[in-house]
Amino acid sequence: MADSGEATASGGTPRRDFLNLVTASFAAVGVGAIAWPFINSMQPARDVLALASTDVDLAPIAVGQAVTVMWRGKPIFVRSRTAQEIEAARAVPLNDLKDPQTDQARIQRDPWLVVIGICTHLGCVPLGQKPTDPRGPYGGWFCPCHGSAYDTSGRIRQGPAPLNLAVPPYAFTSDTKIRIG
Amino acid sequence: MASGLHNSDIPNPVLRWIDQRMPIFTMMQKEYGSFPTPRNFNYFWNFGALAMVNLMIMIATGIFLAMHYTPHSSMAFDSVERIMRDVNFGWLLRYVHANGASMFFIVVYIHIWRGMYYGSYKAPRELLWMLGVVIFLLMMATAFMGYVLPWGQMSFWGATVITNLFSAFPLVGEWIVTLLWGGFSVDNATLNRFFSLHYLLPFVIVGVVFLHIVALHITGSNNPLGIEPKGPQDTLPFHPYYTAKDSFGLVIYFIVFAGLVFFAPNYLGHPDNYIPADPLVTPAHIVPEWYFLPFYAILRAVPDKLGGVLMMFGSILVWFVLPWLDRSPVRSMRFRPIARICFLLWTVSFLVLLWCGGKPAEEPYVTISRFAAAYYFAYFLVILPLLSRIEKPLPLPESISRAVLGGGPLPAGAAAKPMEKA
Ligand code: HEM
Ligand code: FES
Repeated sequence: MADSGEATASGGTPRRDFLNLVTASFAAVGVGAIAWPFINSMQPARDVLALASTDVDLAPIAVGQAVTVMWRGKPIFVRSRTAQEIEAARAVPLNDLKDPQTDQARIQRDPWLVVIGICTHLGCVPLGQKPTDPRGPYGGWFCPCHGSAYDTSGRIRQGPAPLNLAVPPYAFTSDTKIRIG
Repeated sequence: MASGLHNSDIPNPVLRWIDQRMPIFTMMQKEYGSFPTPRNFNYFWNFGALAMVNLMIMIATGIFLAMHYTPHSSMAFDSVERIMRDVNFGWLLRYVHANGASMFFIVVYIHIWRGMYYGSYKAPRELLWMLGVVIFLLMMATAFMGYVLPWGQMSFWGATVITNLFSAFPLVGEWIVTLLWGGFSVDNATLNRFFSLHYLLPFVIVGVVFLHIVALHITGSNNPLGIEPKGPQDTLPFHPYYTAKDSFGLVIYFIVFAGLVFFAPNYLGHPDNYIPADPLVTPAHIVPEWYFLPFYAILRAVPDKLGGVLMMFGSILVWFVLPWLDRSPVRSMRFRPIARICFLLWTVSFLVLLWCGGKPAEEPYVTISRFAAAYYFAYFLVILPLLSRIEKPLPLPESISRAVLGGGPLPAGAAAKPMEKA
């Protein structure tokens, strides 16, 4: 096929090379266009996205108590903090923190702390929701997997986790109700 | 070859390093690059490559559908509706898979027809042909079980009727049916095992297709003249000549496929399959998918349960012995004036059966099916064996290059070889 490759109409690139290039490009675009529906089909489906918000009634939660609710398949910790716990969280100087953030920046209304109950190390659910659970040296949560300790604002204080417990998007829909997501 | 590194002539050093240790690039070059291929293929020779692409499309869409499908009798139907409504591009995956099955049968029917018309089943390609029949049987099993999965009315009653075919066999029949069902009716256990097998069989098909190709590359391809190439003047390297011709055919195939998927996605399906399965109510008129209709018509043409089942299976199994029923040494029907007409009539009988299979089991369709079925079998069992003896074929061309390039002297090497008897 050496002869056909040398047919240069205008002295530039051989025509065969040009045709090969155009054909290959069209095929590549086609493959990409076909690949996208396959990849996209693996993303969350519409019924999964439709379950993306959860309503929580705060009225039955007494001061010092915590509840766990599900949001997008994940545990959400909702804690009604005592005055001392809030006090402790706000007294910490920012430069003592691994992931510096003020307590005020992490809450919307006192006494409510709402965080995603997933350890930012490797995804275990930390202990500390039940009164009988160990809460670790900082009085918040303690992750038994590899020993990360969180404070009463859900911030990382000790152990391998790099970040504070994340705050999910939520809003107060009334004085005693929030909608997460 | 002795052991040690393969003597590779791949220019790229990295590829050569691999090729010396595992000569797959040399093999690809030999089997798909320089592979000597008859120079006179027509477009009927595209359909093997199309079938291969179709098989890959079925496996790809099937695997992605299986990520969302639930094989449980109480959830299967809803999970399919969820695929249609909620899963991103789920409708596309499902319509491509469902219409892909139809496209697959269209492609393979044409592929088989090509083999019959041009005598590709004859020596030395008998095993290649028989592997093809095995592939076809596997395809039918796969398609049947796939159609059960959405668990609509047609799924359920199709599964019931087809599995009950086995009850026609004396002594073991009932036992086989219970074994297929995993219970005493088509139920959740049946659905579960059908899903498992529907996932498995396409990979078995991949394996048999591989053997099919191995056998093809030993004998080489047949061609529209049905005479063997006698030398390099009769062949072309597979690449770029037939890679290009196959690519062109592929584009046409994709256009037809896309037309079905985007403009008539339910045309070949049955509306009753959008009604959830109900074991208490049989739809008034149950029909299998269109590609099973010719065989279904043969089943219904016979007024005896076991007889009908045997004739139906026999109508495909007879293909296995076709190479020995047709003893004529001339492959291509182009040179068999009588057999050609008889074969075209056989094609008509097949299409008539396809049409009757979709009609209700009443007159005149039953009588028409009987005549068509009788001819279907007569062609294989009477006409071909007889014509092998009495038909006088037309003179065969001297060689492929002579026939396609017109007169001119034969190159010395080719002329020296004795003219092929076939
Ligand atoms: C999954 C289904 C199948 C695939 C992927 C497949 C693939 C192929 C390919 C790629 C070729 C070479 C290209 C060609 O000649 O068109 C071929 C040849 C052939 N196939 Fe198939 N095939 C399939 C099913 C069948 C069936 C069901 C039969 C017959 C009952 C069959 C009979 C043959 C024969 C006889 C040849 C050699 C044809 C010749 O060289 O003239 N194939 N197949
Ligand atoms: S996952 Fe929590 S400490 Fe490792």
